[in-house]
Amino acid sequence: MFGLFKKKKHRFHGKNRKLSVDRGILVFEHTGDVIQAETVLKKSGWRVRVMGPPPEIRTGCDLVIEFPLIEELNIVRELKNVHIMPLSIVPVTAPLLEPVGLFQIKDFGNYLMVRAANMKITVEKESHKIVNISGGGCPDVPYLAYEMVGKTLAETPRPRELGHTLCGYALELAYEELLRKC
Amino acid sequence: MLGIVGTVPDRRFPLVHDRVFLKDDHLVINDFKIPVNRGTPALIAAALKAREIIGGPEIYAFLVGDIGEGHGSRLLYQFLERHLSEFNFEVLTFHYLQPDVDWHNKVLFTIEAMNPSPLLIADAGFMYAAKMSGQASCYDIFTPDVGELTFLADEMAPHPFYTRGFILHRADEIPDLISQAYHYQNAAKYLLVKGKSDMIVRGSQIVETVNSPCCEAMEAIGGTGDTLTGLLTVLCKSGIELSEAARDAALINRWSGCYAKPNPATQVIDLVDTIPRAIKNIYSKNLKSS
Repeated sequence: MFGLFKKKKHRFHGKNRKLSVDRGILVFEHTGDVIQAETVLKKSGWRVRVMGPPPEIRTGCDLVIEFPLIEELNIVRELKNVHIMPLSIVPVTAPLLEPVGLFQIKDFGNYLMVRAANMKITVEKESHKIVNISGGGCPDVPYLAYEMVGKTLAETPRPRELGHTLCGYALELAYEELLRKC
Repeated sequence: MLGIVGTVPDRRFPLVHDRVFLKDDHLVINDFKIPVNRGTPALIAAALKAREIIGGPEIYAFLVGDIGEGHGSRLLYQFLERHLSEFNFEVLTFHYLQPDVDWHNKVLFTIEAMNPSPLLIADAGFMYAAKMSGQASCYDIFTPDVGELTFLADEMAPHPFYTRGFILHRADEIPDLISQAYHYQNAAKYLLVKGKSDMIVRGSQIVETVNSPCCEAMEAIGGTGDTLTGLLTVLCKSGIELSEAARDAALINRWSGCYAKPNPATQVIDLVDTIPRAIKNIYSKNLKSS
């Protein structure tokens, strides 16, 4: 039933990738803040990655940003400039949950569907028009579908701009994979 | 009455609760008209379409606007915690709500005080919260797809996004995933596992499997899981055993899909329109009413 699987490229580079006290996490009130903060920090070249929070601070639909602890002041300053302030900053002392990193691709002939985690996005191959979005369980999924279905991959707003939850973030990953495929 | 709780993808939509109707492909509740796309509106539309043929109690919805920020969901959680015990529902279905364990637990506490107790169905975000809370066994039916079953089976995962092996499962692993979900007490009394084969599970045993008809394109169509949960909501009150209700809901959903002759660009409203024909096909001359 399942088509091709593709190992996702690691978005976190290099030698500093260690899970020890040289890493910290930025905890935000809303997942939407995490997504925005990640966008800002990555644009500025910071080595950050989105991860699952440790069990003691999970409340539901959560993401945190893992960052090099030594850069705390600079990173917080950068976020302050764009008015996205973390609720707390915690050193990482145990492994964090990694987001699902594999994609499922399904070819329907004239249509191509990409799935990341629990989210699926389907485009018409010729026009690159998004024809359906399915899966997920968070309330931004129907909203994202409303905003994206019927638009082409080039003209649609990105899930990372509109999404607020882990489902929205998974849809962004599927969208990025679709951009690579089309 | 049958109660359905969920969200509408419009930030400005206020908290509304009332009987809900279907008119010209729109839900009508109070003075509001809601387009039927995917999500909770699709679930309710399917339930209303089914009720047109099957009959049964009226459908009462609790809806609020939420585009994922969680403000609407929290408002609705708060309302339910304070007022749900004032209502009398035979079936109560929870759907697209921002997963929030604390609020989930408060609402469940209120439900436990309802007399008589409603039959509880959880899908989408509320099912995620129910699993994460450790209170899954308080529910009568969960309706996960196969990926979400992997999430229920993973005792560590707080959300499908972090589930180990989420899309690497094979069909022959499903019984093991079901066993694990029950072993860790992350499953409801019944599961309706949606997928290429729909599986109905009672107490960790697969009691029914529905394979046909099968339209591959339905996997891409947003809202087909929602319509299935809507059908299940109505059928649970039709006087048949829950595993039979789940089997019939799966069959009707599949037939409605096939009658719509779908391709991956088909929208769920086209499948909702064919539900009456699918029900008539399944029940033939022996329509049940309650």
